[in-house]
Amino acid sequence: MNLLDLPKGKSARIIDYRGGRNVDFKLRQLGLTPGRTVKVLRYAPLGGPLMLDVEGRSVALGRGIAARVQVKVSK
Amino acid sequence: MRIALIGQPNCGKSTLFNQVAGYKAETGNFSGTTVTFTESKVRVLGNVIDVVDLPGTYSLAGTNPAEREVIKYLTSNAVDVVINVLDASYLSYGLGMTVELLELGVPMVVALNMMDEADRLGIRVDVEKLKDFIGAPVIPTIASKGRGIQPLFVTTYHIGQEKKLPIQPIYSADLERYLSSLIHDLAGVESNLNQREVAIKLLEGDQEILKDVLQQKPDIEQKLETYNKSLKLDRGQSPEWVINSERIGLADKLAKQVIQQGKRRITFREKLDDVLLHPLFGYVFLVLILFGFFQLVYTIGGVLEAPLMELFEKLEVWILSLFTNDSGFFPQITVALVQGVSGGVAIVLPYLVPFLLGLGLLEDVGYLPRVAFLMDAVMHKLGLHGKSIVPFILGFGCNVPAIMSTRILEDKRERFISAALSTMVPCAARLAVVFGLVAYYLGPVLALGIYLFDLFVIALTGKLLSKLVPDESPGLILEMPVYRIPTFRTVSSKAWWRIREFIVEAWPLLIVGSVVLSIFNYLDIAVYLNTLVRPLSWLLGLPSQVGVPLIFGVLRKELSLVMLGQALGSMDFNMVLTPVQMITYTVFVVFYIPCLATMIVIKKELGAKMMWQIAGLTTLVATLAGLVARGFAMIIF
Repeated sequence: MNLLDLPKGKSARIIDYRGGRNVDFKLRQLGLTPGRTVKVLRYAPLGGPLMLDVEGRSVALGRGIAARVQVKVSK
Repeated sequence: MRIALIGQPNCGKSTLFNQVAGYKAETGNFSGTTVTFTESKVRVLGNVIDVVDLPGTYSLAGTNPAEREVIKYLTSNAVDVVINVLDASYLSYGLGMTVELLELGVPMVVALNMMDEADRLGIRVDVEKLKDFIGAPVIPTIASKGRGIQPLFVTTYHIGQEKKLPIQPIYSADLERYLSSLIHDLAGVESNLNQREVAIKLLEGDQEILKDVLQQKPDIEQKLETYNKSLKLDRGQSPEWVINSERIGLADKLAKQVIQQGKRRITFREKLDDVLLHPLFGYVFLVLILFGFFQLVYTIGGVLEAPLMELFEKLEVWILSLFTNDSGFFPQITVALVQGVSGGVAIVLPYLVPFLLGLGLLEDVGYLPRVAFLMDAVMHKLGLHGKSIVPFILGFGCNVPAIMSTRILEDKRERFISAALSTMVPCAARLAVVFGLVAYYLGPVLALGIYLFDLFVIALTGKLLSKLVPDESPGLILEMPVYRIPTFRTVSSKAWWRIREFIVEAWPLLIVGSVVLSIFNYLDIAVYLNTLVRPLSWLLGLPSQVGVPLIFGVLRKELSLVMLGQALGSMDFNMVLTPVQMITYTVFVVFYIPCLATMIVIKKELGAKMMWQIAGLTTLVATLAGLVARGFAMIIF
């Protein structure tokens, strides 16, 4: 499943993503590295971005990018 | 000695800089780029040293122009010692870049900033341990309160004198083997970077460094390819990823060893997003906040503008009274000079000062990224991203700050489209024309109609422009900083630098432009000007005399109304213009070439090419919109 399948308030672990060089770098810099657990804080309405909690830091991602981030729900 | 401040966005680097920088700080560009830095002289232990505030970057990977320039700058001989500012509350992220700095091998000191934030999050950092790991001093600071600044700069000064290098980071054994082979192959190659860093950058696929090395040792290319292939086979990832993961892994390991996580105190600030980003109330607050901001800037500007204008008008009358023949060359030039000055003092500055203070406040509080979050979906319909909403809203007051605010957009395409569209937003001066002509003679409903038509044309132009210049950015990736209460010092000095840019660069041109136009006027070349504009005025069904007010309107938009009366010989426009002409003229004035002050700011922010493109585009849009409006008006009347 990808990040967009995750409902608000749920946490999941990042497994993998592919988005092109610059996107990958930026995601990593903001702490979205494979193995990290993230939580969906909220979705902006009208198909807008979603906001994630990455170890206490908030990061907004457009849906196009979020769809490329593969996650697994943590038990 | 020169000290460079480097850190990630939102780490408090600029706050720290502003704590030590005087008002003499200078803003500069890295040659040939739009990447800016700020420099100031600071007194440390009785010595005057230079402190440079570099642009905030997330890494030194060279993936964008700012990062590339920062690497070049750090490895040139210009910098003696680097202060790496880290946000103590998010240490593991910041340390990623610290590892890159360690690789570069420049003398450095770590400023462990935002210790109060870290404390609130229950994070305790073992400063001594971190210091031992990196081999460079670590000084805890709270820049917003000025704490730790003195010891930071004293320590940095000593490190700069000793030229003491930090410890090189060591990666996994397999990667190290590739690196040492490559370093061996590189023997004899000259570079600003140390050999190990050259090897790392080559494996990372840095094209500029590769080019530089190949000039000296062409046979490296083949060896590099072999290493790349075998590293990829070993790890199942591209070498670029391998190195990046190694750095992040090292940063994470470091962070884990020096951080003790205690109990986290949840404050109301963390609850604030539940309200401000609420699917419904979030937009209510957005409208209230932006409307309030606009209203405040507009009100303060209006209160200051009226008496200032009056003062300058009195000055003009007084100057003219000094001469026996007040239509002579010298009195006319002097008046033009005064008008150039008053354009800056009375029309632009009253709006620019409160606007820049307000924008700085919204920026430092952390609200602007939230605006982007809320508006992303809507702005996507125009082919833009969320943050582009800001210049639009500001444009209603004055286009100059609107153009300046396009700085918050990183993407060049985004900046161009936003700047072009925001120059079509009717500013306060054009409001005067709409009200003075259409609302006054034809009624407020038609004036409102012109406003709605304007918004429609902007949306349409945006749609077309975004089709012409396709979006390559994959979408929003944006950090939402924690809400903070900004210091007055940071906000005011940021505003001051931007105001000074206007005063130094745009204003003199405004004065020159004003004088040149008055010389035109004196030489009585109005007839030629009218002829020049005649094809356009004929096309729009306007009298030929509109040429002069239109050309002077470029100087200041309200002149296109004031001078229209002079040109047509009557201020009672009912007598000299038909309703259709009034509407066509107003619509044209609303869209055509932005005023001189705006043009100068566009040139400064986006370059001369984009300035001419925007001037051409707006004239085209104005003509088309004028024709459409003419057609509509002919149906109505």
